[in-house]
Order: sequence, then C-alpha cells, then structure tokens
Amino acid sequence: MKYENYIKLEFPSKSCNEALARSVAGVFASQMDPTMEELGDIKTAVSEAVTNCIVHAYPDCIGKILMRCRILEENRLEIVIRDWGCGIEDVAKARKPLYTTGGEERSGMGFTIMESFMDKLTVRSTPGEGTSVVMLRTLPRRVRDR
Amino acid sequence: MQLESACSDGCLCIRYTGDLDHHAARAAFRETEAFIDRFLPRQCILDFSGVSFMDSSGIAVVLRVKKRMDETDGDVFLLNPAPQCARVLRTSGIERFVAIKFTEGKAAR
Repeated sequence: MKYENYIKLEFPSKSCNEALARSVAGVFASQMDPTMEELGDIKTAVSEAVTNCIVHAYPDCIGKILMRCRILEENRLEIVIRDWGCGIEDVAKARKPLYTTGGEERSGMGFTIMESFMDKLTVRSTPGEGTSVVMLRTLPRRVRDR
Repeated sequence: MQLESACSDGCLCIRYTGDLDHHAARAAFRETEAFIDRFLPRQCILDFSGVSFMDSSGIAVVLRVKKRMDETDGDVFLLNPAPQCARVLRTSGIERFVAIKFTEGKAAR
C-alpha cells in the first residue's frame, strides 16, 4: 500500500505509556491538519486500543506493544496497535458494547468507542499469539503544504 | 490526576484535573470514594471541567461513583465536561444513568 509518511513506536505494556502512545499518535496526525474534535477522536481510539493490550493481552506480565501510524493515499490515517499477548477467543463477543472480562474497573466500551470515533476498525486475534487492531480515519483535505 | 473536594449542606463537589485514563482511574476512584465516605453527601457533583482527556476507563469510574451513591440513595451528576470528555461520555450512553450539566456559557459544542 502506498503511504506518504509513517512512524513505528514500540513500548512495554505499562499504563504510564497510554498517555505517551496517544500523544505520539496525536502529534503524527497533526500533519494532516485535523480539527480539535478529530484529534480528540484519534487520541481516544489509541488510548482504548493500548489500554486493551495492557489490561487484557498482558494481564499478569509486561509485554511488547507496537504502534504504527501511516498516512495513506486519499487523506487516510491508519493506526495499527499490535500485541503478542494472550489473544481474544471470540472477537465478535469482545466487540459488543458493555461486554468486558475486566470487572467493574472496566466499562466494556473500549471497542465501541474505537468503532464510533474511527471510520473502520479491524480486529485480528489468535489465542496465545496476540492481537492486532487496525483503525482507519479519513481526514478531509484542508489547505496545507507538505 | 488531581482531585479537590468541597462539601456544604450535604452537597459534595469534587473537581478533577488532568487525564482520566486507565493509568489514573484506580487512584481517582479510590480518592473519590474516600471523599464520599468522609462527607456522606446526599448529592455528589463531579466537576469535569479540568479533565484534559478521558476514555472508557473514566466511564467506569463515573459508573462506580454512581453505584456508590446509589447505596445511600444519593444523587450524582457530571458538571462541565470539556468537548473531548463530553463526546466520550455521550458515545458511552452514560447519560441514561448520570446526568451531564453545564453552567451557563459552558455548553459543549
């Protein structure tokens, strides 16, 4: 796939890195001149995906998380969040609103927010091997000089 | 995340400042619960005007506060969330359980 720019960020599944990941994604997306609302949506979706890795993929250990952001043709921002954790047995079930295995500290709204705030969400998971979440958001072309 | 509380006439107002994500959520709930246990308010106002970012972890915090206030038949509402917060709150459908109020001139876009 043709891309105009990309970054890759690898970090351990520590909760202090949630803010780091969403900030980096936000700064990368800034070159597409997003509105404040679009920027907020992107950062929120990244925060949800990274939190899922920390809470669910690596519940009892610190593991590796990889985030890749790319600007694709036609002003599309693609963000991939990948982990090598425990995986999801039933992705369709996990994506349902209010479904959570995380107890009362989790709202079960993570995937719903990712779906609502991005144009497209693809979740691929293999139990025991890990999960990758691919999010796409088209940002309308505004006046810019790149 | 920082919390400040003020209580008068059975009304507890807690002001949150900073990011309310998974990293901050557990401590934010614990502190909130400690305020509620100390003041035993009839009404609890969660002032979110200083919350710079929130995600679904914040939703879980608000729902836990609602549950805690329900135990003593107390009332709880959210005050003045900034646009990013308001968008997350509305997407989650939390308004069915906890009202979101805005003081004049602070309505979310």
